[in-house]
Amino acid sequence: MTDSPAPHYKQPLLKTPFHERARALSQIDSFIPWAGYTTVDVFTTMEQEYFAVRNATTLYDLTPMVKYRVSGPDAVPYLNRLVTRDVAKLKPDRVAYVVWCNDAGHLIDDGTIFRLGAGEYRICTAERQIDWLLDSAIGFDVQIGEVTEQIAALAVQGPTSCAMLKAAGLRGIELLKPFEIGYFSLGEHRLTLSRTGFTGDLGYEVWMDPAAAETIWDILMAAGRSRGIRAIGSQALNMARIEAGFIMPNVDFVSAEHTIRTGRDRSPLELGLGWLVDFNKGHFTGRRALLTEKKQGSRRQLVGLDIAGNKPAHNALIYTDDGGKREIGSVTSAMWSPTCKRNIALAIVDAPHFQVGSTVWAEIYLNRELVWERRMSRAQVVERPFFVPERRRATPPAEF
Amino acid sequence: MSVAAPAAPSRYDCVVIGGGHNGLVCAATLARGGRSVLLLEAAAQVGGAALTREFAPGFRVSAGAHLLHLMPADLLRDLRVESHGLEWAARGMSTTALLPGGARLVVGELELGDGALQGLSTKDAQAYSAYAARMRRFAAALVPMFSRVPPRLGTTDWSDRLAMLKLGWQIRRLGKRDMRELLRIGGMNVYDLLEENFDSAALKGALGFDAVLGANFGPRSPGTVLTLLYRLAAESAAGAAGLSQPKGGMGALCNALAKAASAAGAVIRTAAPVARISVEGDRIAGVVLESGESIAAHTVISSADPKTTFLRLLGARYLDTGFVRRVDHIRSRGLAAKLHLALNRLPAFAGVGEANLRGRLLIAPSLQHIEHAYNHAKYGEFSAAPVMEITVPTVNDATLAPAGGHVLSAIVQYAPYTLKAGWQAGKQAFMDAALDTLEQFSHGLRGSIVGAELLTPDDMEREFRMSGGHWHHGDLAFDQFLMVRPVPGAAQYRTPVDGLFLCGAGCHPGGGVMGVAGRNAAQQVLTMGMKSP
Amino acid sequence: MKTPAGLDAVIVGAGHNGLVAACYLARSGLKVLVLERQPYIGGAAVSRRLYEDFTYSNCSYVCSLLRPEIIRTLELPKYGLQVIPYEGGCTMMQGGGHLALYDNHDALRREISRHSKRDAEAYDRYSRDVMRQCKFIKPLLMHEPPDPTSFKPRDLMELLYLGKRFHNLGEKRMYDTLRFWTMSAADFLDEYFESEIVKAHFAGSSIIGTALGPRSPGTAYVLLHHYMGDIDDTVGAWGFARGGMGAISNALGASFEASGGTIRSGAPVAKILVRNGRASGVALADGEEIRAPLVISNLDVRRTFLETMDAKDLPEEFLGQVKNFKIRGSSGKLNIALDGLPQFPAIPPGSPCTRGDMHVTDTIEMMERAYDDWKDGRWSRAPYIDMLIPSQIDPTMVPAGKHYMSVFVQYCPYELADGPWDAAKRQAFGDTVINTIAQHSPNFKNLILHAEIRTPWDIENEVGLTEGNIFQGELTMDQLLFNRPVPGYAQYRSPVRGVYMCGSSTHPGGGVMGAPGANAARAVLRDLGRAP
Repeated sequence: MTDSPAPHYKQPLLKTPFHERARALSQIDSFIPWAGYTTVDVFTTMEQEYFAVRNATTLYDLTPMVKYRVSGPDAVPYLNRLVTRDVAKLKPDRVAYVVWCNDAGHLIDDGTIFRLGAGEYRICTAERQIDWLLDSAIGFDVQIGEVTEQIAALAVQGPTSCAMLKAAGLRGIELLKPFEIGYFSLGEHRLTLSRTGFTGDLGYEVWMDPAAAETIWDILMAAGRSRGIRAIGSQALNMARIEAGFIMPNVDFVSAEHTIRTGRDRSPLELGLGWLVDFNKGHFTGRRALLTEKKQGSRRQLVGLDIAGNKPAHNALIYTDDGGKREIGSVTSAMWSPTCKRNIALAIVDAPHFQVGSTVWAEIYLNRELVWERRMSRAQVVERPFFVPERRRATPPAEF
Repeated sequence: MSVAAPAAPSRYDCVVIGGGHNGLVCAATLARGGRSVLLLEAAAQVGGAALTREFAPGFRVSAGAHLLHLMPADLLRDLRVESHGLEWAARGMSTTALLPGGARLVVGELELGDGALQGLSTKDAQAYSAYAARMRRFAAALVPMFSRVPPRLGTTDWSDRLAMLKLGWQIRRLGKRDMRELLRIGGMNVYDLLEENFDSAALKGALGFDAVLGANFGPRSPGTVLTLLYRLAAESAAGAAGLSQPKGGMGALCNALAKAASAAGAVIRTAAPVARISVEGDRIAGVVLESGESIAAHTVISSADPKTTFLRLLGARYLDTGFVRRVDHIRSRGLAAKLHLALNRLPAFAGVGEANLRGRLLIAPSLQHIEHAYNHAKYGEFSAAPVMEITVPTVNDATLAPAGGHVLSAIVQYAPYTLKAGWQAGKQAFMDAALDTLEQFSHGLRGSIVGAELLTPDDMEREFRMSGGHWHHGDLAFDQFLMVRPVPGAAQYRTPVDGLFLCGAGCHPGGGVMGVAGRNAAQQVLTMGMKSP
Repeated sequence: MKTPAGLDAVIVGAGHNGLVAACYLARSGLKVLVLERQPYIGGAAVSRRLYEDFTYSNCSYVCSLLRPEIIRTLELPKYGLQVIPYEGGCTMMQGGGHLALYDNHDALRREISRHSKRDAEAYDRYSRDVMRQCKFIKPLLMHEPPDPTSFKPRDLMELLYLGKRFHNLGEKRMYDTLRFWTMSAADFLDEYFESEIVKAHFAGSSIIGTALGPRSPGTAYVLLHHYMGDIDDTVGAWGFARGGMGAISNALGASFEASGGTIRSGAPVAKILVRNGRASGVALADGEEIRAPLVISNLDVRRTFLETMDAKDLPEEFLGQVKNFKIRGSSGKLNIALDGLPQFPAIPPGSPCTRGDMHVTDTIEMMERAYDDWKDGRWSRAPYIDMLIPSQIDPTMVPAGKHYMSVFVQYCPYELADGPWDAAKRQAFGDTVINTIAQHSPNFKNLILHAEIRTPWDIENEVGLTEGNIFQGELTMDQLLFNRPVPGYAQYRSPVRGVYMCGSSTHPGGGVMGAPGANAARAVLRDLGRAP
């Protein structure tokens, strides 16, 4: 991997192996830090990139995703004690979306677990976790190591992604099922693909040797030219993930390992991730606390909102449906969804107003040529995700 | 007492792990509370670190603690240990500080106004009376802390709040002046406290020694007034008998406790080491012995230290990461070694008559001396001039040695668990340092030694199965104290796993042969009934 | 400077706390006179020219804890205060190598990763926990500590407030807090880090100015001091005052005079006068008497009550308590004029970490051994030093091309076991420190133009701090909150009506924080029935 030549105290951020390619395509020099790397926020415009996600195919540099290799005889009991899902049920070459909690049953992070081979797993997560992962390993015969810098990764997402990968020479890619892992060759390069992603659309994540990174990028860009391929930055991805109803750390929740104030932690039940919590698989960290919460009911929940009008409800406070007498929550993510043509948001809302179908009010501030206006907009609590295309699950996906 | 496996029922209400004094007290209390109880001891005899055993042909000694002064009188009475065979070789034993040049200071006698005779200034002698009285008042105010389960903080439970209020009230009842003084000195080091009160280095050394006995502290460590008050409060809770020596050594106490437990219906099995605590679903199912035998139980109460209980016997997989992290951080490295000498004659200490030889002797001539001894321990070394608490149990109890022979038993500090050089290499050198020190106060002692044994924390860890060879199963310090002892989440004898309880020295109120942890734990189990909490 | 007539209050000592108290009182309309023994104001926050054109911050040397409320209310920036933030900090290791601290989170993570990857991430947990404690303690800094033995409504209300704040932490954090406040820095750091150099670097701030070692219980909370600024979202919480620490005192002085106050320097107070059981003024060393119904002493509590007041005016029990208040000299200071910038081969070229605090103690054991020396009445043979070269950032302090180095030294006793301090011993102490630095900087000794060596004994004599203790009293559990300075008198008032304390001997203690001064002023105003 190409390390930055300058020392860390002059250039704190690392560059991914795709950096030179990304820089060449970046028109507006919009870079942001992510997990210690510098990555593109926007290449051209957020809207162009977003439309490519939903209508063509896109490349997104995933390399900064923090990756840990977990192996050893106790790998499964270890992971099962770490995360809330039953990892024992994860079949070889499959991926599972997971969350893990602290003792109080509050979310530390979410991520994915890849079952790669006998007794070998990989955890992918947005933030560094080695401190927690190693403390969780006390009493288990496992080895845990960070492999972030040894693996480069690209997300290939969008309706034409399968067709593009096929055209690039990945034979049989159309047979890869959602959450399945496949192994492919591209020329002399070995690639690992998983049918996973953060867009809620048809898509894949491609894992490779950093040395091959630029070659693979070039091959995919060439293969995608006739299928509208575009490199995208984090802003466009963020739009897609809100439509898909996925949550983001430090946006929709703060890791329980980072909160300073009491009461700012969130449990998976509160975040609407109850389906990830398997109370029947045996003990895991936070289980006792979550059982209690389940028994007593959650005090708040993250919900999807469908808000009247077309003004995104960024940071809006949420009020009750009785003339807004009581403040009952706040919006964590919001956008006008160009695909759904709906004004959508994710919001934390107090009980009992988080039930689907409830009506609440959002207090939206609009900047109209430097004059701020306040709007109280009616909002419905609705099911998440906001957008679920058929192609997301179809195997094989339709030809394009 | 060693007990053969009787024809056992397959299931018990309670299984107690470990036959030390806390385990025995717990088992006896549970059995008296109507539970069916099985106590499992790994060694061939009960007693844990409170046992009497042979260390040289014909010479026997209390291998761990050698004095009894902390066990509450009502506990001994309730369990009727005297009718179960406990006899006293000595009670109300004196404390004599040995000083260089053959001088001595008998601490207890100071209150009789004897200061001048011992070379103390009138000022010190008077100050001592006031100091002793004040410390006794403080100790008495702290007594209620001992007999109860430590309250949890921040709960809405009224019994927790009541317990806090009671403690607060007890301290307020001291009156404004005493309360202020207690709140001030509570966080101080014993060095400063004694400096404020006395001039005599010898007196300060003797009084300060008790604050650091068995602790990971020197006299200048903040928190040592707490450890001292704690000891005084425990003694106060124990009643007026003072330092005592059971006839037949500490093992005799445990044998009596075992008889009390058996009499109440508890079953005791020795040579039955537990391999693991078994869990089914959300709660404890019982234990599995190293032999492979499974024993079902509704409740398991472990007197093993918390690290052993949680990380080895139960296993981290049944616990949350944060909890395990806290258990892993319990500081439990012992610093006290035990020296046993078999002597062919009565040892003579310059200036010490037979009356005082019946009591304990201290080698801690000044606070600086203790602090210097501690300095080395901080870096994994030991001092060439260690400090000691010495008893000659055979003066009070001839049965412990062959005719004419005598036993010298000494706690020697500081012997850090993690000696940089390793105990393999360091043990002989430490023994020499201890013997050289003794020789200074008892000329010719070396010539009378016919057998010797040194137990380092490393040895005690192995023999008594306690992590770090630590008496208290974990440092007694503010941050490992009361509702945070051994760790938050297990400080009320209950653990995060339903049906698993702790009853050892790692819990409130800590070690020393006190038995209070065992009794409090049993009461907690009884209070909670047979239902799952 | 003329003494105005009809004074409301006299402040004894123009240290930063005295000046802060004076400012608040003057702003409330009182007629206030500040009396200072030295010909210059500032106490231990001074900039002095002791060698050619070099300006030394010859006592305190870092601007970190000064409360933002005070800076704002007293308009210190308007009166000239400028603070230039540190750009880093480092610990150099024995035999080469170093650990640097950088402001940028990613740079810091990669830096710590060079020593331990795990520690680099544990650092986040560490900062989080320390920040949580800061958040808890911050509001207490500007509060009068309640008396737990009192049944007065105000004390009960304050106790209730404290209890409520504590309770609001939730059960787990209550235990964390309980432990944090009673642990040793070494034990606390062990719960986060595995690398010795990382632990040693952070432990440093737990021993500065205290007669305790990193293994002494109660030192963990001193670590807060490194974070207390961050919690206010103040950029450059740790920084250099442009023109040296005297700039803070001068800004305070200017603010005070702008509010109509008067300062008389070179006017040592010999006695606080008491008549009919209440303050009546002060007598200067030359016999001049100045009348005022309020006397507020910035001196430490021992100086105030044992040396500046008549024993007959005070209750005997109180005097006993004051005598038992522990004020120990444990720190020394070197101020060095340099002919150029010293080289530190361990630090890579271009690293900004020399533009902050530099250390050379790379293990906790080394730090603890330095403390053992102090306990035995000698200066540390391998002392912990906190050195800074402010002239890299503030060229106004030195002639062109030259540099000024401030070296804080822990531990140095007030009384030596082998007899009183003399010139030869002072020099030997200075040499020990200089040699320690020279081990890490080959050209250091050749650059030295002048070195001012200050032992606790010197600091006491010049600044008037008992034993040269920079905090006017140990920050141990028995001397904090309602115990500071003595139980029953933790609310800035003394047994004599009209006599108040406003120095660092009072809650919340030392550092150039100003909180004692502000809190004392508030207590005075409340007693006068004025809204502060």
